[in-house]
Amino acid sequence: MSIEIKPPLKHIQSENVSILPSMDRVSPVLFDEKKLKHSSPLSEYEKSGYVIAHFVEKFIETDAGPIPVVKRDLTLRDRVETLGARSGLTRNNYRIAPGLYAIGKPDQNSEVLVTANFKLTFDILRSSINSISAWILVLDSFGVNVWCAAGKGTFSTQELVNRINKSGLERILNHRRVILPQLSATGVKARDVKKMCGFTVIFGPIRASDIALFLQNRKKANADMRQVTFTFKERLILTPIELNIAFKPLIITTLAIFIISGISHKIFSLENSLNRGLTALIFLLIGVLSGALITPTFLPFIPFREFAAKGALSGFILAFCVLVLFSVKSNITYFSTSSSLSLLLFSTAVSSWFAMNFTGATPFTSPSGVEKEMRRFIPFQASAAILSLILWLYSGF
Amino acid sequence: MRDIRYLDDVATLIFDKEACVGCSLCTVVCPHGVFELIDGKAKIVDLDGCMECGACVNNCPVNALKVTPGVG
Repeated sequence: MSIEIKPPLKHIQSENVSILPSMDRVSPVLFDEKKLKHSSPLSEYEKSGYVIAHFVEKFIETDAGPIPVVKRDLTLRDRVETLGARSGLTRNNYRIAPGLYAIGKPDQNSEVLVTANFKLTFDILRSSINSISAWILVLDSFGVNVWCAAGKGTFSTQELVNRINKSGLERILNHRRVILPQLSATGVKARDVKKMCGFTVIFGPIRASDIALFLQNRKKANADMRQVTFTFKERLILTPIELNIAFKPLIITTLAIFIISGISHKIFSLENSLNRGLTALIFLLIGVLSGALITPTFLPFIPFREFAAKGALSGFILAFCVLVLFSVKSNITYFSTSSSLSLLLFSTAVSSWFAMNFTGATPFTSPSGVEKEMRRFIPFQASAAILSLILWLYSGF
Repeated sequence: MRDIRYLDDVATLIFDKEACVGCSLCTVVCPHGVFELIDGKAKIVDLDGCMECGACVNNCPVNALKVTPGVG
C-alpha cells in the first residue's frame, strides 16, 4: 500500500482575497460594526440544542470549566413566572438545570450555597443575599422546594455528594465546605457527606435573607434564624394553591348541586334546579372561601387548635351572616327552617374540610397531630354533609 | 414559633439522654427550638412544638432521638 503525499496547496490569491489554505484575509463584511455589537460574551457559550437561561448574565472561566453567573435582580419575566407558580398553574414544572452557578465574583475562598432546583427557591436565594459573592450549587430536587424535597428524599445526602463530585468544585476551591439551608437537614446527613466526599456541611439559616448576616457572624445563626415562622404574608401567599386545589371538586359538586336542587314533587323542576341550585352554590363558595382562604389567612386569630374546628367555626359564622343578610334583603320563600339549616351545615362542613386540608401546607403541624385531627373530625364533616343533603332534599318538596 | 401552636401531647419524639454526646446538632437543625443544650447534654424544652420533621433524628450521631410520625 503506497501513501500518496500531496504537496501543500499553494496560497491562491486573487484581487486581495485570500482563498486557501489559511484564509488569512477575511471578507470585510464580517467586521461589520453592527455585527460586532451583537456578539455579546454570552454568545460564545451558546451550544446547539441548549438555551442560555434568561437569568444568566455572563460566564466565568474556572478550572472546572465555564460557570454561569446569575443576576441578582429579578426581572419582569421572573416575577410573572412567580405568579404562575404561586397560583399553581405552572408550579409542577418550574425548575432550572441543576449544577454549579456563580453570583457576583466568587473565587477559590468563596462559600458554596446549596439550594434546590425549584425556580421559586432559586429566585429567592439569588435576590436576597445582598452583595455576597458565592458559588451556588443547585441540586436536582425535581422542581420541589428544599424542605419538601428533603422530606421526600430527593434533596438528599446522595444527591449532594453526586452533585459536588460532578460540579468539579474541588478543582475550584481552596476549602472543603458547603453551606446548606437548615431545612434540608431532614434529608441530608451532614456526617455522611463528610465521609463520602470530604466536604463539611454547615447548616446555614432557614431563610436566604439571613445568609448575609449569618456569614458576617462567622457562620453562627441566632435563634431567630433557626426557627420557622408562619406570618400573615406567608399564610396568605399559600392560599391561591389551596383555592386551585379546590377547583376540581368544586366543579363536580356544583353539577351535583344543580341536579339535587331540582328534585321535587314534579320529579325534576328546572326552575327549582336553577333557583335553589344557585343558592346552594353560593353557600358552597362560602364554605370554600372560608376553608381555603379565610381560615388559613386568619389562622392564629380563630379559636381552637384543630384546623377542622377553626374551619367549621369560620364557615358557620360566615354562612350565618349571609343567611341573615339574605332574609333581610329579600323575601325568597324557600328559605324555610330546613333549607336554612341545610345551607348552614353545608358551608360548615365544606369549610371544615378545606381548612383541615391546609394542615398539609403549614410549617408546624405534626403528622401525628393531623392524623388525630382527621380521625376526630372526618366523621363530623361527613355527618354534617349527609344531614345537609337530607334537609335540602326535604325542603325541595 | 410560640405564637401559633398545633395540638399538644401528640408528638412522638423520644430522646435518650444516656446516649446523648452533646454535639448540639439537634439544636441547630430543629426548626422549632425544641432542644436546648444544658450541661453538655441536649434537653427537650418544648415537646409540643415538635412537628416530627425528623431533622434531628437524621443528624443525631448516636441515634439518641426517635420519632414515629405515622402516615399523617
